[in-house]
Amino acid sequence: MSAIHADFDLAFRSEEDGETSRTVSQYVSFIVGEASYAVDIMSVREIKGWTDITSLPNQPDYVRGVLNLRGAVLPIVDLARRLGEDMTQTTPRHVVVIVAIEERQVGLLVDAVSDILDVTDDQIKPVPESGSKQDSDLFKGFLTEKDQMVAMLKLDSLLSLPIDGAEGQNALSPTLQ
Amino acid sequence: MSDFDQFRDTFFEECDELLQRYEEIAGALTRENADVEGLNEMFRAIHSIKAGAGAFGFERLVKFSHTLENAMDMLRDGRLSIADCDPAVLVQAGDVMHLLVGYAKQGEDTPAPNEDQLLAALSGFGAGSEKAISELNPDELEALFQATPEDDFGESPIREYAIEFRPHRQLYEGANEPQLLIQALADLGELSVSVDTSRIPEINDLDPFEGYLSWSMVLRGQVSRSDIEEVFEFVEGDADIAIKLENETAEEQVDKSVTQADIADAPVSITNDGGVKKQAASKLSTIRVDLNRVDELVNMVGELVIAQAMALESLGKSISIDQVRELQAMEDLSMRMRQLQEGVMAIRMQPLKALFSRFPRIVRDLSQKLEKSAVLELEGELTEVDKTIIEELADPLTHMIRNCMDHGLETAEERAAVGKPETGVITLSAEHRAGRIYIRVSDDGRGLDPVKVRAKALSQGIISEHDKLSREEMQSLIFQPGFSTASEISDVSGRGVGMDVVRRNVQKLGGRVTVESEEGKGSCFTLTLPLTLAVLDGMLVAAAKERYVIPLSSIVETVCPDPKQIKKMPDGGSVLSLRGEAIRLIDLCACLSLSRVGVAEPLRKLVIIAETELGRPVGIIVDEMLGQQQVVIKNLENNYRRVPGVSGSAILGDGRVRLILDVDALADMTPERNELKNIHENKDLSSGDGEQALLQSTASGGLS
Repeated sequence: MSAIHADFDLAFRSEEDGETSRTVSQYVSFIVGEASYAVDIMSVREIKGWTDITSLPNQPDYVRGVLNLRGAVLPIVDLARRLGEDMTQTTPRHVVVIVAIEERQVGLLVDAVSDILDVTDDQIKPVPESGSKQDSDLFKGFLTEKDQMVAMLKLDSLLSLPIDGAEGQNALSPTLQ
Repeated sequence: MSDFDQFRDTFFEECDELLQRYEEIAGALTRENADVEGLNEMFRAIHSIKAGAGAFGFERLVKFSHTLENAMDMLRDGRLSIADCDPAVLVQAGDVMHLLVGYAKQGEDTPAPNEDQLLAALSGFGAGSEKAISELNPDELEALFQATPEDDFGESPIREYAIEFRPHRQLYEGANEPQLLIQALADLGELSVSVDTSRIPEINDLDPFEGYLSWSMVLRGQVSRSDIEEVFEFVEGDADIAIKLENETAEEQVDKSVTQADIADAPVSITNDGGVKKQAASKLSTIRVDLNRVDELVNMVGELVIAQAMALESLGKSISIDQVRELQAMEDLSMRMRQLQEGVMAIRMQPLKALFSRFPRIVRDLSQKLEKSAVLELEGELTEVDKTIIEELADPLTHMIRNCMDHGLETAEERAAVGKPETGVITLSAEHRAGRIYIRVSDDGRGLDPVKVRAKALSQGIISEHDKLSREEMQSLIFQPGFSTASEISDVSGRGVGMDVVRRNVQKLGGRVTVESEEGKGSCFTLTLPLTLAVLDGMLVAAAKERYVIPLSSIVETVCPDPKQIKKMPDGGSVLSLRGEAIRLIDLCACLSLSRVGVAEPLRKLVIIAETELGRPVGIIVDEMLGQQQVVIKNLENNYRRVPGVSGSAILGDGRVRLILDVDALADMTPERNELKNIHENKDLSSGDGEQALLQSTASGGLS
């Protein structure tokens, strides 16, 4: 955690020093499997270590269950599984990134939090055209940081897209309210 | 929100409260029996609304309340006897006030239906003796009610009032100036003032901010009491004000020494003509608190209870003899915590009176409309229930009472023919019992006719010819969607959207509704509800690796049956035979798709017999029972969505989330095999989509 704080300080300082008029946004990046992903820092509420959670019956498998966060019960989404990989084999070293999506709070299960990135808009490259619409719905774009490709997650659509084979129900779609 | 908006909202809130009180009293008024205190209270309610409406510029509301106020004023000081006027007009006037307040709230300036009629009728109260109301043209009417009663026809008597005025410190702190007030009084008539300086202390002890002076004044002129009260309107509560009418026989003294908060309930002692002193309702001091704040507090205490339970649990693991005392202290803490929790919960509790008081009018109105003579008897109005539940109960109860009036009670002739008293009795009662609240709506009418019910259910396709229904099942048919035995559709009830909606609403609150009826003798609907929606008494059970909470209220008993008592059914389910009854079993592991990998099957199945809202028993197979616990309910929808078979979640002592099972939803998740099968199919179909069916069944487990 202290590393993150240090990064925060750095990040703020660099923002103050910045002379360009381009808007600088900050992103929290994390590792899932082999890949790096990032979300807007403004949507991140908290980062905590993995603890045992309570599973929910008859839900899509990427919804790992619910967690008590100081009295609020929030669902935990296995990001790897959600993005089409295998289920994460959880260890105490795994991390839950708690993000706010509109009114809801949701935990994202990731392998590790890596960095806080200062990103200007023009650094984010659009998702290359492809036959699948899913890519552009899931990602805002890509960023190359230290020779590594970071995918910027679109949080709101990430959790409201239809899930393959999950009886067409959207796990967090507001229409099911 | 700006200050102004906030004041405005407060005003409307107050209007609602005042009008509710007004209606309560108006509903109890009869020609024969007028309670002076009640009339005074009605007057004050209307007066307060008028003052507020004036401040916000709601002209229509001001005009109507002014007329009503005048009428009330005449009634309360005896210039007009209640025997000469129709209490129903006062009740209707309350309705119009309600509407006008509603319009003002929405910023509309629409006339309420029968507003004009009532204006005429009200102003007629005072003028009836002078001139028949029908002879007046609208302008004259206007003039009539615009005028204050005293100077109605320019011949109001010169009166003399003795006024005592003793400002408190707060008056000066509020930047009010006695001199200006006295000047305002002097503008009303001839005023003589004397000042009492006796309370001024030695200069050393003098507190420059304290109010030491008081004034005695005599005011002569064509002045009414309300004129004088108006002058003091803004300092009411910040000063002792006594206004005494000197030269009239009807002498009254209103003693105002009240704090800002309880002006409406100020103790008022009145000496009326007979010289009988009446003590007003006891002084209540209340504060207005945002419900969200209370909820935050409730949540916080909930967290505290959990944190404390966690501490106790970890302490309990490694206990040595020295630590026993610490444990004792923790137990002490637990007890206090429980008290704190109860105390905080109690803030949300309100007596049902506020809700019940609206029903006598409904019954009165309906008995006129339907030409049935009926009275409503209320019992247990002081029973306290969570505010949310009170709000949610209004519609179902209204519907049930309408039902009693429309379907339950017979006409006077029919009643006479079967030897019943002509006036039907509807009883609405409430009581606390075993941590739940029981509300009963009963009537002494014709009861449910099993033949009619059956015929109706058949024609609606709810049951089939071959279905043999028990008495209870037959009666519970009336809760099916689309069921209504009223042969003709009336505007009172009978659209067939009745009892099923009632049931759904009640279930949403974690309650259930049942009916008992005896043909010819009447019916009784019983609603049982949790006292609060925030906590639940549950049984903690284990199945495979998971633990769940089953609401204690739905558990009937637990059994550990012999394997011979359990029979496998062709559809894969199983049935338990218990004391000659066959009970459908729900395998929790199968229902919730729990993996049994690494968990041994227990030697003997443990079955929890629970009751669904239809009163059907079902058996839930679990591995282990871990004990009873009170849990704080958290819903899953806030951050996620509804989960089938689960009504909500709870955070337990170990900080973990546990799911609260929804017995009804679980019962529906297994294939149905009893006589009511088609009823359930019908229910699911009629509710349109699966989501709603889910919503319905999710509701019964103790969570909205």
